[in-house]
Amino acid sequence: MTLETLSPDQLQRRTRWRALVAAVVMVAGFALLLWRLHHLQVAQHERFAALAEANRLTLVPVPPQRGEIFDRNGKPLARNEGVYVLEVTPALAPDLDATLKALTELVAIDPEALRSFRRRVREQRGLGSVPLKWRLTDAEAARIAANGFRLPGVQVAVRSMRHYPYGEVMAHVVGYLGRISERDLQRIEAQDALGRYRGLEVIGKEGVEASYESELVGWPGWEQLEVNAAGRAVRRLASVPAQPGRDAVLTIDVDFQAFVHELLRDKQAAFVALDPRDGAVLAMVSTPTYDPNAFVTGLSSETWQSLLNDPARPLLHRALRGTYPPGSTFKPFMALLGLETKARHLGQRFNHQGSFQIGQQVLHDRKSACQSGVDLIRALTYSCNVYFYQLGVDLGIDAIAAFMTHFGFGSPTGIDLPNEAAGVLPSREWKRSFFKRRRDQQWFTGETVSVAIGQGYSSYTPLQMANALMILVNGGLGPIPHLVDHFRDRRTGALIPVTRPPARFVPLDPANVEAVLTGMREAVRVGTAARAFAGAPYRAGGKTGTAQVVSTQRAHRDADAADEQDHAWFIAFAPVEEPRIVAALIVEHGGYGGAVAAPLMRIIFDRFFGVEPKPEWETAR
Amino acid sequence: MKPAWWQNLLRRWDPLLLLTLVGFFAFSHWVMTSASPQRLDEQWVHLGLALAAFLGSALVPFRWWLALSPLLYLVGVVALVLVLVVGVTAKGATRWLDLGVARLQPSELMKLAVPLFAAAYFHWRQGMLRWWDHLVALVWVVAPTALILKQPDLGTAIMVGVIGGCVLFFAGLSWRLILPFVVAGCVAIAALLQFGDQWCAPEVEWPGLHDYQKGRICTLLDPERDPLGKGFHTIQAAIAIGSGGIWGKGLGQGTQAQLAFIPERHTDFILAVIAEELGFVGVAGLFAGYLVLLLRGFSLTLRSGLWAGQLFGCAAVTGIFLYTWVNAAMVMGLAPVVGVPLPFVSYGGTALVSLCLMLGVTASAAAEPFPGGGRR
Repeated sequence: MTLETLSPDQLQRRTRWRALVAAVVMVAGFALLLWRLHHLQVAQHERFAALAEANRLTLVPVPPQRGEIFDRNGKPLARNEGVYVLEVTPALAPDLDATLKALTELVAIDPEALRSFRRRVREQRGLGSVPLKWRLTDAEAARIAANGFRLPGVQVAVRSMRHYPYGEVMAHVVGYLGRISERDLQRIEAQDALGRYRGLEVIGKEGVEASYESELVGWPGWEQLEVNAAGRAVRRLASVPAQPGRDAVLTIDVDFQAFVHELLRDKQAAFVALDPRDGAVLAMVSTPTYDPNAFVTGLSSETWQSLLNDPARPLLHRALRGTYPPGSTFKPFMALLGLETKARHLGQRFNHQGSFQIGQQVLHDRKSACQSGVDLIRALTYSCNVYFYQLGVDLGIDAIAAFMTHFGFGSPTGIDLPNEAAGVLPSREWKRSFFKRRRDQQWFTGETVSVAIGQGYSSYTPLQMANALMILVNGGLGPIPHLVDHFRDRRTGALIPVTRPPARFVPLDPANVEAVLTGMREAVRVGTAARAFAGAPYRAGGKTGTAQVVSTQRAHRDADAADEQDHAWFIAFAPVEEPRIVAALIVEHGGYGGAVAAPLMRIIFDRFFGVEPKPEWETAR
Repeated sequence: MKPAWWQNLLRRWDPLLLLTLVGFFAFSHWVMTSASPQRLDEQWVHLGLALAAFLGSALVPFRWWLALSPLLYLVGVVALVLVLVVGVTAKGATRWLDLGVARLQPSELMKLAVPLFAAAYFHWRQGMLRWWDHLVALVWVVAPTALILKQPDLGTAIMVGVIGGCVLFFAGLSWRLILPFVVAGCVAIAALLQFGDQWCAPEVEWPGLHDYQKGRICTLLDPERDPLGKGFHTIQAAIAIGSGGIWGKGLGQGTQAQLAFIPERHTDFILAVIAEELGFVGVAGLFAGYLVLLLRGFSLTLRSGLWAGQLFGCAAVTGIFLYTWVNAAMVMGLAPVVGVPLPFVSYGGTALVSLCLMLGVTASAAAEPFPGGGRR
């Protein structure tokens, strides 16, 4: 049927039919929509309802305030400061280079910071902001805020930043915070503590900051926020406040510490002072040192490299990790062992002490006081080597090694700092495990002689020396050295004691201890340290030491070269009647202990006991 | 008895149609208090203009509309050509003519002018129709459609083309010519569902379509392809609708809507807001309203004494249906995202006024008496 044959009426009828078809299609179309609507709203309602909730709610961690660190008198050693930080969110800055260029016109940004910023942008995962400059001044912050409209992705944030007011004085003890590294993360994950670090960017890396991390860090809170599609918080639905970390109060008196630091600052030296009554660290100094504040914002690789490659090794905590042959400071412990084993008794005198033959080798001691009639007291007073050579041979290495273990030689003292060095207490066993070749593993009597005067393989940290002296002074009681006296709740102010390992105890005959301490007292009164301590208003005991530096590189010693000068040691305690301080001091390549280390110890002890300095001590220095 | 003047008015406006329309306006206003309360005042103006357009255009005798149609059509085509030459470009498309005082979007005018002119053409050729008359009418429809497509404005082009095509359909275009297109469309959709993954690979170019148009279709097939970009609208709308459940979360209580997860929530995606806040029940009720409006439109149209009136009315009603269906299907993830508002409910003046104009002219057509007098 063609159109030509259709009358207007037939055409209109056809139109009506078509309208009916269209109406059916419409009803079918709405039915299809309703089916789809049913599928979404009824069949899959649960799933979409959950998705809508997930859209709406977000859990945001609230990082806790880290506990602060104070010295024993309440002076702040590590604080939290609110500082202005210039941050850039690369994802929001369409042209990062242009933005940075504009920023450098607004505030001074040193090229080093710019380089490290670019490095962090490259390494960045996610869409967060990256700090460009820390500690903006008020004027700088205002300038950037005023120009914010033309700097997309740039913001000035107030961040809590760790600040160490005493800087390098406390650097090795307090340590520093650093960015949480991949390795830190693995460790945290192994401890199942990832939740504690949500929202945190830094972690204790060194010193007390690291060893008491779990006390200082606190517990994060959280906020349940309703957010809009742009991720902006609209409303807070619930929150649990963060619990701040605990404040740590150290046993150190920072003024005393600063005094010692100033005294040693141009030397490579280490000093440890303990309170023998409880093992509290009174001062712990290692020079040279570094500024921990530089670590908080992240060191540039140049600065890091220069610290690492500095021959003076400022990063080395010498008191804790530097190991040195103890030299003659080892003699009091040898003397005690002689008495304890009854290999020697107090009145026993030796003549012809000028030389000592071992195998083909003859060793000399030319000090006149050591030539004849040498008893144990005099041997300590004047540090007579031959006396101790003979004692070492008489005792044998096995007895020496077994006894010295009790004084903590060759093992960490257990102080509350990370990565303490163990040092080396030589023994047959040690030698067997240390050397690979069989002929190197054999122990020789000549080596026992070296050990007896604190040379040879022996090497201990200054902390170990102070710790051993503390055990001796206490007659065998050795509280574990510690830096943190107690913690304090930041909100209630309640004091929280630190649980410490029990003190060690070495059973000793008090008479023997008394004899050895008398020898050390005589060394200060009339012996090797007498000049340094002349006129001191308190009674001190001590022992000098001069540790030989054995050059492994050069065939023969050049005694004048600075790096082959002997290390100067002095260990001391005072007052003799009831000691309140025991200390160990080493000056690397300083020379003779009596001439270099003892005078410094005198100045330190004078300061500790509040003695006014006199001009002659100034000249002695 | 001669009907009173007000009875005459009501006859032209049709009480049921008017009531349904006013019901839609009230519903739109109610939903707008939740979706976009800050735009209520403007929407009052739009609703007023739209109502005036409906009432006014219904009062104009349909014969006048027919007489006016060639002029409207001509002006429209010239304006479309001018748009391509000196038009204002915004958002990557050239759709507007700057008249100095206002911007005019000629393609909106063509939604009315094309079906009106096509209907008039058939009307004048009535009694001497030849097979090629459909071809001529097709040219009247395709020419402006192509001009709009060139802007580019796929959504409007399809609407104008389909509404114009409806006139041809209702004028009796042979099924033999229609069915192949229906079958081809079905095959295309089936093929797209089957091979969408390969075709949506970035290096594949689709003949005749812009990249953004390809992107929209591909996003429809798999919104998760780009959940924060092109797929965001579709995914978030589905979440809004699905989370609404049977009874909805209550007006103003939809988290997806109120927290701005639904984009264009007061315009193209307002159905997602309705579905979230008023639930399955609310949307089903709304659809019932549309069915009443559309079916009433058909029944009125078929009373027209002029064939042209029937043609135009059926095409207009089908057009309103297509608007509704495409918008709802888009919001529900059944159709690609094209810029089509929900008739009589979405915020905005242009589409509302042009739809009411179509409805008004339909009412005018329905009131046209049979040549011999009397009514069916």
